[in-house]
Amino acid sequence: MFLTGADIIIKVLIEQECDVVFGYPGGQIIDVYDSLYKYQNEIKHILTAHEQGAAHAADGYARATGKVGVVISTSGPGATNLVTGIATAHLDSIPMVAICGNVPTSQIGTDSFQEIDITGITLPITKHNYFVGSVESLADTLREAFKLAKSGRPGPVLVDVPKDVQTALCKYEPLPAVKPFEKFAAKDIRIEQASDCINNAKRPFIYFGGGVLSSDAKEEMLELAEKIDAPIGCSMMGLSVLPTDHPRFLGMQGMHGHYACTTSMNEADCIIALGARFNDRVTGNRHKFAPRIDIVHIDIDGSELSKNVNAVHGLRADLKLTLQKLLPLIKESKKPRWQSRIDDLKAEEELLRDKREGLTPQNAIKVINKHLTENTPVVTDVGQHQVWTAQNVFLKKPRTFISSGGLGTMGFGLGASIGAYFGTKERPVLITGDGSFGMSLTELATAVKHQIPVVIFIMNNGVLGMVRQMQTMFFDKHYSNTTLERKTDFVALANAFGAEGISVSSLDDLEKALSLGFKAKGPFIIDCSIGKDELVLPTLAPGDSVGDIIVKADE
Amino acid sequence: MNRYTVAVLVNNQFGVLNRVVSMFRRRQFNINALTVSETESSDLSRITVVFEGEENIKQQLINQLYKLPVVHSISEMNGDNSINRELLLIKVKNEASTRDEIKSAAEAFGALYVDYCKDSVMLQLTGESRQIDDFINLCKDYTILEICRTGSVSLEKGSTTIRNVTNF
Repeated sequence: MFLTGADIIIKVLIEQECDVVFGYPGGQIIDVYDSLYKYQNEIKHILTAHEQGAAHAADGYARATGKVGVVISTSGPGATNLVTGIATAHLDSIPMVAICGNVPTSQIGTDSFQEIDITGITLPITKHNYFVGSVESLADTLREAFKLAKSGRPGPVLVDVPKDVQTALCKYEPLPAVKPFEKFAAKDIRIEQASDCINNAKRPFIYFGGGVLSSDAKEEMLELAEKIDAPIGCSMMGLSVLPTDHPRFLGMQGMHGHYACTTSMNEADCIIALGARFNDRVTGNRHKFAPRIDIVHIDIDGSELSKNVNAVHGLRADLKLTLQKLLPLIKESKKPRWQSRIDDLKAEEELLRDKREGLTPQNAIKVINKHLTENTPVVTDVGQHQVWTAQNVFLKKPRTFISSGGLGTMGFGLGASIGAYFGTKERPVLITGDGSFGMSLTELATAVKHQIPVVIFIMNNGVLGMVRQMQTMFFDKHYSNTTLERKTDFVALANAFGAEGISVSSLDDLEKALSLGFKAKGPFIIDCSIGKDELVLPTLAPGDSVGDIIVKADE
Repeated sequence: MNRYTVAVLVNNQFGVLNRVVSMFRRRQFNINALTVSETESSDLSRITVVFEGEENIKQQLINQLYKLPVVHSISEMNGDNSINRELLLIKVKNEASTRDEIKSAAEAFGALYVDYCKDSVMLQLTGESRQIDDFINLCKDYTILEICRTGSVSLEKGSTTIRNVTNF
């Protein structure tokens, strides 16, 4: 069967079991859009308001489903608008394929209209990228892109397709969807050495990240925790893997994490790190982090081993397969002294907990919790609201917490909510701030068009709270450019876009607004005023170690 | 600080060198020398990287290289297991007062005269990087006009080849 390059792109997407793509048309991708028109009964395209929103939507779709998210854009500005979205996916290891049009090969390198070197631009923020020089290699390049995106440590792959490659004819033969590269366990001897280390630990701590989700290793991790009587904590990317109320789970670790979790990790004599990368939000000053500790680190990406902290046992392997081989070597033991220390830390955390009544950020999230089903995707933007959500949201099932952890992309949330909705058909909740929402609100148009029943909860404090907080604590209250002083009426804004909206200033109002919001047929904005001097706690001063964690405002 | 030589077998396609070098730049690996050439197979190119750093930095560099899909295999070259060679072209001033000394130095190192004119001479020296360093140091007593060195190339001793190396 002879097809045009554009048809081949769509045919390969369909063969890769891709049911929905996000994107924005333009001059150098117009042939692909013609094919999307032709095959509209087999693959759905969601037009966003901006390419960045489309990239975040593909990302949100991938996070919510575990499948590869696909985004399509034209050349030039269409392609550069994807950059933040691709980088967001890259830092959080999210499988994504981005397809860009480009000017015809005869014009490449001549700075023609809307020509940009997108493979050059995205080199450091993709797992790999391709410039497709001929239609003969197009189908296999796309298949390879899918294979790479979902193999090993997942990530974004970009495929740049010049216009003449889209129009050229080529023989196409359908193939089944590609499978990821085969997974492998660590070598027996390395597993044995790691098991000795774990068996000798008196105060073991299991620290996990998004790798447990990618590798589906939750059950094995829990079995390990039971056997060695260890507490479990996670990075932000690990949230939702375990139910919030799991008895062994201490919550999120790190500079803004749960006190008992961060402190017990710092006091452990053996950290078992699973699919996590000891990011600076987790370690604080990494030169002062856990200097006398044994670290067993299992990760599919060998470059993470001993990158940030020195791992005594670094195992480059699939988590699930390696844990399955490790578990029989682990001796069961109870560690009552360690457990009682953890109980003390939990009690301290409870004493430190913000117990104010009324409309505090923490109380607001607790009210939202009552409306979440086990399948509700909880999406955030980036800033104070993100941390408050990470600390207080009640999650029940994996893949229900969607947040930009590594890159910290303000403006991620609304696009990601749209993607999560198309992936799950569940009503998403977006918890955002007035700063973040201001960066992405143009996608309300998309949400309204598709009647996506997303509840958008804006913590409106009129300031860029996270930066303001740092200015309060470390810059003598010099509020340089963090006071917004805008006159945006979010309810009127919602109406202007064709959505519903309501303003709330008390917990009672919020209860009522949520009942309406969770029944709405389309997007529903709740504009909730909160105090501009609310703080994210615990926190850490720049350069400090996690032992110096700040837990109270007056410290 | 140690000096490491790492040979990397990569796909012979345009842009591959850029991918490798871009990774070095982004992660701030400090490279002393780099050579690239086609190999016995036209599908593959060989990059030889020389850099200075600590053991963990070298390991990190190798780990990061393995993540690039264009990389086939990597082999670390050290003085015991491999032959390392570099070529130097050096141009020095031709003066009556130093002419004989330069000649003796060239003879001692086995450097060849490849250009000779009234005001300058050009010498060619092939050897291990350290020998070349020594020769350049020696020539500093005369007036060096220009230097160009190729960077190190290395092959493992014996019949093993880099293609036989399996990842980790």
